[in-house]
Amino acid sequence: MDIMPKWVDIIVVPLFSLFLAAFLAALLILAIGESPVAALNLMIEGTLLRSAGWGYMLYYTTNFIFTGLAVSVAFHAALFNIGGEGQAMIGGLGVALVCLFIPWPHWTLAIIGASIGAALFGMIWAGLPAYLQAKRGSHIVITTIMFNFIAAGVLIFFVVDVLKPTGSMDPASANFPASTHLPTFQDIASLMGFEKAFRSAPANVSFFIALFACVAIWYLIWRSPLGYEIRALGKSGAAARYAGVRPVKIIMIAMMISGALCGMMAINTTQGESERLILNFTEGAGFIGIAVALMGRSHPAGVFLAALLFGFLYQGGAELALWTKIPREMIVVIQALVILFTGALSLMVRAPLERLFMSIKSADV
Amino acid sequence: MIDFLTLIQVLDGTLRLATPLLLVCLAGLFSERAGIFDIGLEGKLLAAAFVSAAFAAITGSVWLGLLAGVLASILLSLLHGLASITLRGDQIISGVAINFLAAGLTVVIAQDLFGQGGRTPPLKSGGRFEPLNFPWSISSKEMSDAGPLMQLYSELLSGHSLLVYLALLTVPLSWFVLYKTRFGLRLRAVGENPAAVDTAGISVVGLRYGAVVIGGILCGIAGAYIATSLQANFTKDMSAGRGFIALAALIFAKWRPWYALGACLLFGFFFAVDNRFQNILMPAWALSSFLIFISIVLLSYVLKKDYLDKVVLGGLALGIAIISLMVISSVWTSGISSQVKIPVVFIQSLPYVLTVVVLAGFVGRAIPPKAGGQPYVKER
Repeated sequence: MDIMPKWVDIIVVPLFSLFLAAFLAALLILAIGESPVAALNLMIEGTLLRSAGWGYMLYYTTNFIFTGLAVSVAFHAALFNIGGEGQAMIGGLGVALVCLFIPWPHWTLAIIGASIGAALFGMIWAGLPAYLQAKRGSHIVITTIMFNFIAAGVLIFFVVDVLKPTGSMDPASANFPASTHLPTFQDIASLMGFEKAFRSAPANVSFFIALFACVAIWYLIWRSPLGYEIRALGKSGAAARYAGVRPVKIIMIAMMISGALCGMMAINTTQGESERLILNFTEGAGFIGIAVALMGRSHPAGVFLAALLFGFLYQGGAELALWTKIPREMIVVIQALVILFTGALSLMVRAPLERLFMSIKSADV
Repeated sequence: MIDFLTLIQVLDGTLRLATPLLLVCLAGLFSERAGIFDIGLEGKLLAAAFVSAAFAAITGSVWLGLLAGVLASILLSLLHGLASITLRGDQIISGVAINFLAAGLTVVIAQDLFGQGGRTPPLKSGGRFEPLNFPWSISSKEMSDAGPLMQLYSELLSGHSLLVYLALLTVPLSWFVLYKTRFGLRLRAVGENPAAVDTAGISVVGLRYGAVVIGGILCGIAGAYIATSLQANFTKDMSAGRGFIALAALIFAKWRPWYALGACLLFGFFFAVDNRFQNILMPAWALSSFLIFISIVLLSYVLKKDYLDKVVLGGLALGIAIISLMVISSVWTSGISSQVKIPVVFIQSLPYVLTVVVLAGFVGRAIPPKAGGQPYVKER
């Protein structure tokens, strides 16, 4: 069974998949007449060598940590939550209602309230498909896809018909009051005396909440009895049931945690960045969570690193679109290849590595 | 009330909009009946739309475009087959990857070839499927003066592109292949119990590849239809979730060809209504009593059930009741019989809501093929 040492499985296989994806993307960049090396340089320059680049990268990373963790928690229970996009949209609605209708005295309180609102709304939106899976046996993949579309409808209804200020042509809610605005990295840096750092970048304090979520989910999954039950159910439903795990309860809890995490993405995008509720604020982050979770092997540390990588790709992709003929969608292609190699074609990626280790082992003997 | 011609025009729109759904739905039907889940229908549809529009734009021939679109879609089907049949990977993940691959590649290549922000140039007359006008049919200018039978004939039956009629023909064809041929029997068996098929000495892998390739062909035709017939060029993300709606229709149709026709026509009708009318008006009393009715049905169902059912469905019933009260309060001053506006987004969301209801099994339970989603491992 365990042909390869664990570190190969955790580190080498994802990196090898990433390398394959990058290689194919480089071929594509060559095919459209640009230089892959120049493109990579540009991405690094625009992302890692400027503080504003970091600010954008960490903004994207924050989103991807939340959605990546969400998909991971569901994966551990052998559930595929493809509905992160919809849960994040509804989470955004929760953030908007909390920020608009409760007079917050200070952002520190507002972020707590908004987090609760976002998590609660995301939780409810994931709870229905979870209930249908747990009690009615409806396939969670299909129901969560349907709930993505329904969520988009609900969001449009609330933004256009309910929350839009009268007389405004913009499909967006009113601006949130100033007391709910979150400090950005720029504000924090200037507080510490670096006025020029992170100029106009959207990264904000919700990044630290995302980091905290990583630790909390690590504790939940690997150190708590509940996490043990979740993993047991995911590994073998029959064995877990025999050991006294109640599948209905675990499916509900795992999916609701997943939905809450997706919803909390909205404190970064809606409260932190746009400071009002807009349409399409999720920008596909719910789906990127799938790639992040696969790449990060559903472990919070892996998810954090994979989220950083995708944050880099998204900010770097924006730079490419700005300065070269390579459109932003190139990043979507890379994302697809990463999902393909780390998820669907993992057997193909692992086979040569396994053969390599087999030959090393037999040489040792 | 709406007049007869308007009704005919809405039905005409229904047929146009149901066509791609129907082809994609049947594609999913073949694939899922053979035990291969296909979330990647959307991606195949999009890829085929782009490739067919690109080829039609470059060569000026819509037939070459159709062929190229079908080939592109088959290629993605084979990728799905490689991942999920040969390599026994996760079928859902493979489908998700294919959707992203198509969404990204179509724009990257379109931008490189045509430089128009991920679009193809508008197709000229040879690069499009033209409407087929039946003999003695009249043009739309004379339509309002004609009799109802003539309107029915000229507007609804005549004047569609060849692919619309082709799509309608694939329904009996699929039914025949699935239920009246040996291949169809084996294909259905492989989705229910692949081990039994294998024991009989028939190749599970071969049958499943056959099914995904048929799915690829049908998705390819659907893609060509949306880019060269429904519209006259490719635009970024033009599949617009149709692949997922078709998936919904497939469940709604309980994986059966004739039901698929019904489901796709119903969903097509929602979209046609949505295109034609800006707002749907309904008397407030009718809307709120309908909502209260659903709420009461849910509550009465929940009474005999356990705690979780009570919380979830009871909560849902409460939510619906609150919406109903909000409807009544919004017309408090103008009277209960005044009209309320139903936002179009709710009509757009109806296919998904109906699918969830069917999936939940409260009305007409949908049972998927038994071996769906599981890779087949031959016993050693």
